[in-house]
Amino acid sequence: MSTPIKLALRGITKSFGDTAVLRGIDLEVATGEVITLIGASGSGKSTLLRCSNLLEPIDDGEILLDGFDIAEPGLDPDPLRRRIGMIFQSFNLFPHMSVVDNVAIGPRKVLGVSKDQARESARELLVRLGLESRIDAYPDQMSGGQQQRVAIARSLAMKPEVMLLDEITSALDPELVGEVLDVVRDLKADGMTMLFATHEMNFAREISDRVCFLHQGQILEQGPPEALFSQPSEARTQEFLQRVTDAGRI
Amino acid sequence: MAGPEPSLTRREVYERERRRRGAFIGATSTIAAITAVVVLVPRAPRWEQVKQSFFDVDLLRESFPDLLRAFWLDVQIFAWSLPLIFVLSLLVAIARNSRSPALFPLRALAVVFTDVFRGVPVILTIYLIGFGIPGLIPSRAWSNPLIWGTVALVLSYSAYTSEVFRAGIESVHESQRAAARSLGMSSRQTMRSVVLPQAIRRVIPPLMNSLVSLQKDVALVSLIGPVEVLRRAQNQTSLAANFTPYVGAAIIFLGLTIPCTRIADHLLTRERRRTGATAIS
Ligand SMILES: Nc1ncnc2c1ncn2[C@@H]1O[C@H](COP(=O)(O)OP(=O)(O)OP(=O)(O)O)[C@@H](O)[C@H]1O
Ligand SMILES: [Mg+2]
Repeated sequence: MSTPIKLALRGITKSFGDTAVLRGIDLEVATGEVITLIGASGSGKSTLLRCSNLLEPIDDGEILLDGFDIAEPGLDPDPLRRRIGMIFQSFNLFPHMSVVDNVAIGPRKVLGVSKDQARESARELLVRLGLESRIDAYPDQMSGGQQQRVAIARSLAMKPEVMLLDEITSALDPELVGEVLDVVRDLKADGMTMLFATHEMNFAREISDRVCFLHQGQILEQGPPEALFSQPSEARTQEFLQRVTDAGRI
Repeated sequence: MAGPEPSLTRREVYERERRRRGAFIGATSTIAAITAVVVLVPRAPRWEQVKQSFFDVDLLRESFPDLLRAFWLDVQIFAWSLPLIFVLSLLVAIARNSRSPALFPLRALAVVFTDVFRGVPVILTIYLIGFGIPGLIPSRAWSNPLIWGTVALVLSYSAYTSEVFRAGIESVHESQRAAARSLGMSSRQTMRSVVLPQAIRRVIPPLMNSLVSLQKDVALVSLIGPVEVLRRAQNQTSLAANFTPYVGAAIIFLGLTIPCTRIADHLLTRERRRTGATAIS
């Protein structure tokens, strides 16, 4: 085990009011590793991702990025957050900007790159993601699949070291899921470290190095995809996978 | 020539026929209404007197240039107030939306500001500030009622307008902020580059309505002294013992407010169409 740990979560707890949503999460993501989070709706997948990116303050625990605790109280989260990319279920593109500006805005505002240079790099990224024809379009003129690819480009423009993906295909029509998942495959091939919440079990099985089953705010079981999907050791995991199978999602 | 072209579908022919009938009915009823007004109004009792004291054409022609000159002052007050209101109300709205605990005093101040100036009638604010402040300041240069009248107008309107901006800012979904913050943008950058541009776009139609009422309320400043169009019309009216100059002033206001109202309506319709709501006939 010589690969360094990129992101480590230690004893993360988080409550909203009286409901404990995360109840002691421990998870280590090695550099270049792809981990999928599966679990029922409400099990805390989104909250875990939002906490990892400091979008949601945690109640207790440590979030180590290259061994450095970024959740330390009093730290300015902005310079740390830029090192972690996040892709949302609902794309969240900026509707008042063209596609190229959506991708260029991060480097321009956060890294101080000049407008022309940021646009040039944005254009290259968009070409790489097969969106060269939509560079000057606005988000509402595009299909969901295209929008989600732009969102990925927007995140990649910041050259993140880890990416958090929150059910990035759940809002898409079935025929558009593939084009987005292809991008994720490419990211993995490029060695991107990813933490990926998903309901796409087939894809989780294909892409993950490790799968974590979240249940009521805890990681109940984890392991390589083959083992976890074929021989889950926990009854809860079996139950969940059975329900997913019955729903025809596997 | 006549008859449907073969390329038209049955539906298109029907729609076209329906439009034609609609236009016909509209034209007929308009003509009927105009005829009724033209025929009936002059028969109304005392119409001659009304015509003489409100619509004296010669007096109107005579007083109009003078009124227009006085109206220039209204335009100036308006032109000064507008950018000040825009900036002040935006600042107040941003202050009310700030979340940092360090900014609590600012937030509280913004709340007090909107509560007070929204709750007091514009005219009362103009009296209080326009008469009150010059009384406090001995310097002659600063006792100009024009300045303080404009300040009062700006304060009153900023209180209203800041609420419009605030609603606009709150209407931008939280997920937009999350997306911006996840790129590493600070809360200030997020507000400037992501939230405000969307918020302002959304509130332009309601802002246009405040703009129209500001155009009219400028005349209130005359109550503390400055001779703008309303004051001018008042003088002329009492000199001529005839209300026509008031009508002249009204015409001048309408010349400005009607186009603005139409633009506001147009913007609102466009915004509705953009957000996907269609009118059901
Ligand atoms: N901002 C919030 N305020 C209050 N409760 C919240 C908030 N965000 C999430 N929750 C609650 O936390 C729990 C976990 O939510 P979360 O969105 O993390 O689940 P999830 O696993 O992502 O579910 P899904 O598969 O539906 O996306 C839910 O019970 C939810 O109602
Ligand atoms: Mg979720």
